[in-house]
Amino acid sequence: MTEISMVVNGKSVKADVADNTLLVDYIRESLRLTGTHVGCDTSQCGACVVHVDGKAVKSCTMLAASAQGSDVTTIEGLANGDLHPMQAAFKENHGLQCGFCTPGMIMSATDMVARYNASGKELTEEAIRDELEGNICRCTGYHNIVKAIADGASKMTNA
Amino acid sequence: MSELKYHKASNASEAASMISGTEDGKFLAGGQTLLPTMKAKLAAPSDLVDVSGASDMIGISISGNTVSIGAMTTHADVAGNPELNAVCPSICALAGNIGDPAVRHRGTIGGSVANNDPAADYPAALLALGATITTNNRDISADDFFVGMFETALEDGEIITKVSFDAPEKGAYAKFPNPASRYAMVGVFAAKSSGGARVAVTGAGSDGVFRQSDMEAALDGSWSPDSVSDVSVSADNLLSDIHGDAAYRANLVKVMAARAVANA
Amino acid sequence: MSEGIGASVRRKEDKRFITGKGKYTDDIRQENQAYAAFVRSPHAHAVVKSIDASEAEAMEGVVAVLNGHQLTEDGIGNIIAGWAITSKDGSGMNMGAWSALCTEKVRYVGDTIAIVIADTQEIARNAADAVMVDFDILPAEVNPEATLADGAPQIHDNAPNNQIYDWELGDEAATDAGLASAAHVTEMEIINNRLSPNPMEPRAAIAIFDEAEDHYTLYTTSQNPHVARLLLSAFYQVAPEHKLRVVAPDVGGGFGSKIYVYPEEIACLWASMKTNRSVKWTSTRSEAFLTDAHGRDHVTRAKMGFDANGKIVGFKVDTIANIGAYMSLFSSVTPTYLYATLLSGQYDMPAIHGNVRAVYTNTAPVDAYRGAGRPEATYLVERMMDTAALEMGVDPAELRRKNFIQSFPYQTQVIMNYDSGDFPGCMDKAQAAADVAGFAARKAESASRGKLRGIGYSSFIEACGIAPSAAVGSLGCGVGLWESAEVRVNPVGTIEILTGSHSHGQSHETTFAQLVNDRFGIPIDNVQIVHGDTDKVQFGMGTYGSRSGPVGMNAIVKALDKVEAKVKKIAAHVLEASEDDIVIEAGEVKIAGTDKKMAWHEVGLAAYTAHNLPEGMEPGLKEGAFFDPINFSFPSATLICEVEVDPDTGVTDILQFTTADDFGVIINPMVVEGQVHGGIAQGIGQAMLENVVYDDSGQLLTGSYMDYAMPRADDLPSFTIEHNNVPSPSNPLGLKGCGEAGAIGAPPAVINAICNAIGNNNLSMPATPSKVWAALQEVSTQQAAE
Repeated sequence: MTEISMVVNGKSVKADVADNTLLVDYIRESLRLTGTHVGCDTSQCGACVVHVDGKAVKSCTMLAASAQGSDVTTIEGLANGDLHPMQAAFKENHGLQCGFCTPGMIMSATDMVARYNASGKELTEEAIRDELEGNICRCTGYHNIVKAIADGASKMTNA
Repeated sequence: MSELKYHKASNASEAASMISGTEDGKFLAGGQTLLPTMKAKLAAPSDLVDVSGASDMIGISISGNTVSIGAMTTHADVAGNPELNAVCPSICALAGNIGDPAVRHRGTIGGSVANNDPAADYPAALLALGATITTNNRDISADDFFVGMFETALEDGEIITKVSFDAPEKGAYAKFPNPASRYAMVGVFAAKSSGGARVAVTGAGSDGVFRQSDMEAALDGSWSPDSVSDVSVSADNLLSDIHGDAAYRANLVKVMAARAVANA
Repeated sequence: MSEGIGASVRRKEDKRFITGKGKYTDDIRQENQAYAAFVRSPHAHAVVKSIDASEAEAMEGVVAVLNGHQLTEDGIGNIIAGWAITSKDGSGMNMGAWSALCTEKVRYVGDTIAIVIADTQEIARNAADAVMVDFDILPAEVNPEATLADGAPQIHDNAPNNQIYDWELGDEAATDAGLASAAHVTEMEIINNRLSPNPMEPRAAIAIFDEAEDHYTLYTTSQNPHVARLLLSAFYQVAPEHKLRVVAPDVGGGFGSKIYVYPEEIACLWASMKTNRSVKWTSTRSEAFLTDAHGRDHVTRAKMGFDANGKIVGFKVDTIANIGAYMSLFSSVTPTYLYATLLSGQYDMPAIHGNVRAVYTNTAPVDAYRGAGRPEATYLVERMMDTAALEMGVDPAELRRKNFIQSFPYQTQVIMNYDSGDFPGCMDKAQAAADVAGFAARKAESASRGKLRGIGYSSFIEACGIAPSAAVGSLGCGVGLWESAEVRVNPVGTIEILTGSHSHGQSHETTFAQLVNDRFGIPIDNVQIVHGDTDKVQFGMGTYGSRSGPVGMNAIVKALDKVEAKVKKIAAHVLEASEDDIVIEAGEVKIAGTDKKMAWHEVGLAAYTAHNLPEGMEPGLKEGAFFDPINFSFPSATLICEVEVDPDTGVTDILQFTTADDFGVIINPMVVEGQVHGGIAQGIGQAMLENVVYDDSGQLLTGSYMDYAMPRADDLPSFTIEHNNVPSPSNPLGLKGCGEAGAIGAPPAVINAICNAIGNNNLSMPATPSKVWAALQEVSTQQAAE
């Protein structure tokens, strides 16, 4: 067992976890934040994406112990108020159907917008599709996810 | 995943001493390959020594033409480093195309090189750039380092601390992704330096990354896409799988090599 | 903004999903939760000689290891197929037994042998690895043609040559005569590739046995919880129906794969009773690839004859359908009544004959996957049409137009009676939207860059809302295919709709509420849709086959009719007017042409206080209805795909993808278009990326996303969707269903386009870069030889 402490969605948390505990299992099973999902076992589907120290990572491919001292944000902690602009954009553009991939999509989307804004690059439709390589959706055909991210990006930039 | 003991090393020498006492310990870098491998029960180390935060193994330094990249520098940090982009844009472009954004935030150059996955991108770059891989014990040339599929010259307990190379006059990497995994089905790094042209191929070889010496000779004669397109590439010793047979990969080696040269 | 029929209302259900507050089965945890893991076969075909669980049972935290002998002793029944197919010689199906836990033999890699219950998931999985099974390995067969051959491994004793049935539909003599008279006959062998459904939420189950009450609860990832309850009780004898509650909470996609009750749910429910623990199982993606029912997998030889004017004179089809190792619930009907009945496509065909042989192989069970039989029919017909056009030197669109059915109703030669449609209209709209007129110029521009551009069509019709119950019963179906609804108007006027349909992405919480808004003018926020819980909702048939619209919504409408009638009676009584003069508008109940009215909630209150109701009227305002359609509904479309191929690598880019659909009446265009997008993506996935591959020994080579190519955002374009809607005359709302359309229509459009681009019609799905490149090499070799 290893004692870990980190900040999750703004709150300090501390726990003793088995050394082989994955971050996603700590988030889902210990913290009971079940918005972060597990859709595969080969680090490809992206349903488990959270932010660690401000960067999107696959929480199924990181040990909880490696997040010691980190600042973690999950889908539950994204909004500062009612809805984050990207969450609102997913609703407005029908960017989700069954909703299972959605938390990971939104966490990847806010990460990509932040990176593009920081570097001054334009987040074109092609760039959005390229950036979504690590997030799989089976329902939407991505059409409305791409629209939602473009819309959310402009809402985030103008917010 | 099997039970294990976790250790966090703050620097390279601490990492080396931590692993020396373990039964079957492994270094954990970004974990983007090792952890899925462990989840699939294809690896079950007794201990993991987490080196992702080893402070003396992170960062990029550039001196004139010479580039040195700490082993725990993430793909995202290599891709986005403006100074490196100015000196050697090809390595930045390659790093910016490994995996997906979340993988690039965790995955590291040292982890990729140490694993020597036959479909990984960095081994092609290091081989084509004639890089030096520095460990806690010694310097190893890329030509000596990559031994075979998932095999390297690393000894037990030896840890890569940095890689370094001279930026080439020209260089580029062209990658053809596997439609499912998005790993390189064929990736070709072509580089032109004072010492001559070097062409390294990943993804295609049944023995892992390799140099394409016929293409190197052709490029030494004339650095142009047509030079490599005219080289005959044998399908012998190339991989065949459900995604493409050796003949297809042989074709891709030519096409990707020509694209790399054209983009360099 | 309107919230009625035709409005693109934003979804009520979204907030919980976008904030991470959805409740999927794996998000639920019981007190003192135990976890299950399964011991699975690593071999495709083997005799189970013995099972040694002693090491696993001794592990700390292991509660029990249970096997198939114990299951059988407890009287748990074998898994059934829900539709009996009669062979052309009059015999029934040669159906082998499928026990939730194997006792004597395993028949595919992943077959369930034992269930391990432990205190944690990790212990359960490790203990499952520690169970030692001694196998006698048998030769395996995965190929649907080879499995029929003499000497092939016998997979089930009662299925000689591994054949389950040999079934036919249509008139063989008339078809042969038509083909004999033909001026041109197109012959093809077509393989419809095997797919893995891959809803992003893996299957999961939580079984809870309450000893004191002798009651069971099962939370499960189901598209049809009532059918699951019926199967688990009446057929599998795990728990009595009135003592079993099945809850399908938020479900993360289904696409057919979550229709079925699998061995794991049966075993978990039974194990919960055996161990007196709440038992939770969550599939890994690797398990999902091995065990979720696969889709498609047909090998077909077909001939289509044309007269000198290009009119079809006969269509003859011989199909082998790979059912896998066991007959899953809809496995028998998918390649028969959901397939051969659509062989007429959009075309006037005077003679059709379809023959289907269903076969066992040592592979995962194959069952209905988005489209179920109709994609296989569509791919066959639409590849034949393009190939025939190529061979006869005519424009593929014109060949289609020449053969389009023009008037309705139209009785096909294969059972279906098409009630409505406008096939030329869909073609016109699709061609205009895709700018087919400008294609030649675009092709030339591509050529100037060394690229090959191609265009491909697919004009398809499908049958949704499978019905009526009496008709499907006469064809062998074991259940009725109606749907139920209950409308509860509360005393304060808010409304609950209890539906037997189940939403796992289909947006029912919004679109079903729109029906109420349209009828009564009540805001959709005052309407709650209740579904997915057998304790709350009356028996219903669930969601598959695009039936929630044409069947489920019409059941709601029938119940709303009854509510409306009662509301009018109450209002007429209170307002002292004639029932015929009462109108309901914008949440008010009025006497037409006057200012006398009641607010909607006043009527609700009047119904429940019952102080002033018409003589003899029962109190309350709650009505139920069952809707059994008079016919299938028949959505149709023309899809046009335009691609550009890189001849150096064989990489295909889809540059534009256009569809002009007839879905009848549309409730929410935003939702319908979302369904079409997703369907097209799955169709493109089948055409270009996805393929389940077993090696000759029956090992699955595509067992993860490392090798099974899922469509990703950068594989796909944005889509252009046009509507050319003709209301269905077969149901009150005029709906046709939209859930499967894209998956049915897209594959032939893609393949036709790639074949057109590369000048080689010899190309199978998935058209991966390596296959396209190889097809291009064939062209160059031929050209060199000429």
